[in-house]
Amino acid sequence: MSQPLEQLLVRLKDWLVLQCPPAAQGLVAALIPAAAIVAVFASLFALTTLLERKGLGRLQNRLGPNRVGPFGVLQPLADGLKMLIKEDIVPRDADRLVHLLAPVAMVVPVLLAYAVLPFGQRLVAVNFDAGILFFFAAGATTELAVFMAGWSSRNKYSLLGAMRAIAQMISYEVPLILSAMTAVMAAGSLSLVDIVGSQAGYHWGWLPRWHAFTPWGFAGLLLFTIAATAESNRTPFDIPEGESEIIAGHLVEYSGFKYALFFLGEYLGMFAVSGLGITLFLGGWHAPVPALEWVPSVAWFFAKLFGFIFLFIWLRGTLPRLRTDQLMNFAWKFMVPMVLVNLMVTAVWHFTRSWHFSGAGLWRWLVGALLLAGPYLWLGRALAGGRRFGPRSYHYAS
Amino acid sequence: MTTLQHYLLLSAMLFGIGLAGALVRRNAIIVLIGIELMLNAANLNFVAFWRFGPHPEAVTGLMFALFSIGIAAAEAAVGLALIIAVYRHYSSTHLDKLDSLKG
Amino acid sequence: MLITLAGAAGAMALRNLVHCALCLVLAFGGLAALYLQLGAEFIGFAQVLVYVGAVAVLIVFAILLTRNSETRVERLSAASVPLGLGIAVLVAGALGGAAWFSGFAPAAAAARPVAGVRSIGERLMTQYVLPLEVLGLLLTAALIGAVIIALKEPGEPG
Repeated sequence: MSQPLEQLLVRLKDWLVLQCPPAAQGLVAALIPAAAIVAVFASLFALTTLLERKGLGRLQNRLGPNRVGPFGVLQPLADGLKMLIKEDIVPRDADRLVHLLAPVAMVVPVLLAYAVLPFGQRLVAVNFDAGILFFFAAGATTELAVFMAGWSSRNKYSLLGAMRAIAQMISYEVPLILSAMTAVMAAGSLSLVDIVGSQAGYHWGWLPRWHAFTPWGFAGLLLFTIAATAESNRTPFDIPEGESEIIAGHLVEYSGFKYALFFLGEYLGMFAVSGLGITLFLGGWHAPVPALEWVPSVAWFFAKLFGFIFLFIWLRGTLPRLRTDQLMNFAWKFMVPMVLVNLMVTAVWHFTRSWHFSGAGLWRWLVGALLLAGPYLWLGRALAGGRRFGPRSYHYAS
Repeated sequence: MTTLQHYLLLSAMLFGIGLAGALVRRNAIIVLIGIELMLNAANLNFVAFWRFGPHPEAVTGLMFALFSIGIAAAEAAVGLALIIAVYRHYSSTHLDKLDSLKG
Repeated sequence: MLITLAGAAGAMALRNLVHCALCLVLAFGGLAALYLQLGAEFIGFAQVLVYVGAVAVLIVFAILLTRNSETRVERLSAASVPLGLGIAVLVAGALGGAAWFSGFAPAAAAARPVAGVRSIGERLMTQYVLPLEVLGLLLTAALIGAVIIALKEPGEPG
C-alpha cells in the first residue's frame, strides 16, 4: 500500500528519463534531481522567509506581514521583486570581480551539499561512499565566500565583520564535524544512505531506532544543532550580521540581487545542515511510529525539516545574542570537550552492545547519560566563573 | 585518453610553477603559497601512481597522499605563525628586508 | 587540468596578494577535481576540506594580518627573476621529460580501482596506525607551536 505512493517520485523520474533519446538519458537522469533540488529548496526558502517574519512577529507579540495577499502569503513575491529591481551599487574602489563572485561562491557549494542528502527511500542525488565528507567539504568553501565578500568591499567594517564571521564558522566547524562523527561511528559508514539505513526498525515495536533516542545521540543532536546555528550565523550567534551590531557585517556593501543571493545562500545552508542533522540523528526519512509508515518518506523528511526550521525561528525570537568572545569561549571551552566526551560515550554504547540481561537497555542508557551529565555539569559550573545565578528580578519603570 | 604520463606532466609543471614562485617572489606569504603548490604537485603524483600502478587495492598511494595533506596543513600553520611573528618585529613581509644576520 | 594550471600560474604571478590566494583556491579546486577523476574520492573531498577550508583561510588571515597600510603590491627585483625562472624551468623540464619519455605500460589504464572508505579506514587502523598517531601528535605540537609563536608578548607594542 505504501509502495505506490512512496515511489511515485522515483517512478516519475524514471519515466521522464525514458522519454528522452538514449544518448541524452544519462545527462537527463543527472539533471532531474539537480533541477528538483534547486526548485524545491528555493521555494522552501521563499516560504521560510514568510514563516520567519510571521513567526518572529507572533513571538514578539505583534502580527507579521499581512498586507500583501491574505495573511501575507504573497510577501515573499513582493520581497523577491524588491530585491530584483533594486539598483546594484558597487563601491568605487571595490574589487569588482571578487565582489561579483562572492555570492556565487556562497550559493554554489551550498547547493552542491544537497546532492548527498537522502530525501526519501530511494531519493538521493548521488550516493557517495564518503558522503558526509563531501557535505563538510562543501560547507567549508562557504567560509571563503564570506571572506571574499568582506574583503572586496574595501570597507574596514566589512572586513572586520568578515574576519569575525570566519573565526566563528571555523570554531564551530570542529564541534559540528565531531558530533557528526558519533553517528558515523554508530552506523559504521560515511555514506549518508547507510546512516539512515542503520536507523530503521523499532525497539519493542514502538520506539524508533533513531540515533536521537540514545544518550550519545541525544547529546549529539543538541551539540549538532548548536553548532549548526552557529555555522549558519543565526541568532544567538549572529554577531557577524546583526543589524544593531555591525549593520550587515561583511554584507554591508551589497545591494539588490547579490544581497538576495547571500540571503538565499544562508538559508539554503541552514536547510542543508538541518537536513544533515535529520539524517544523522532523527532517522532521515523513517516514520516515527509503525502505524504511520504509509505516509511517503519524503513527507516525513520535510516534516522533520519544518520542525527544525521552526526551532531555528523560535531560537531567533527568544534568545539574546552572544558576544564574540562569549561565542568563542563557548565553542572551544565547552563544546569541544563535550563533543569529545560524546565520542567516548558512543564507544561505550557500541561496546556494551552485547549486554543482553533484562534491563540491559536501561543500564546502558543510564551509564551513557551519567558519563555525559558529569562533564556537562562540571564544565558548566567551572565556566560560569563562580557566578551564582538566582531567580530573576524585574525592574519596571515607574 | 589521459594516461599516467599526462598526470605526471601536469604534476611536474605544477611543481615548476610553485618553484618559480618560491624563488622569484619576495613576499614571504607568496613563497609559502609556492611551497603549498609543490606539496600538492607531489600529492598528485602519488594519487596518479596509485591509480595506474600495480596493486591499487593496497591503497599505499592514497595513504601517503592523506598523510602528506595532514603534514602540509601543520606546516602551513607553523609557517604562517612565523611570518606573523616576523611581521610584528620588522613591520614588513618583504624577504629582502630580513637581512640583519647578513655579512 | 587547465584550471589547475591557470590557478597555479595566477597564484604565483599576480601582484595583489589576495588575488594570489584566490587563484590558489582555484588551483586546489582543480586538483580536487583531478583526484575525483582518478577515482580517489576520499582524497578529493579531504583535499577540499583541509586545503580550501583550512589552509587557504589561514593564508588569507595571514595576508590580512600582515598588511602594510601603504602598499599591497610588491616590487620584484630585476635580477632574481630570470635566474629563478630558469631554475624552475630546468627542474620542471627534467621531471616532465623523465615522466613523458619513460616507458610506462599504457594498459594499466584499464580497470578503475575502487578505494572504499572502509579499506582506507582499515589500513589506517592496522597497517598505518603508527603514522596516524604520530600525525596526530605532530599536528598538536605544530598548532601549539604556531599559537605560541604568533602570540603577542605582554608589553610588546603593536
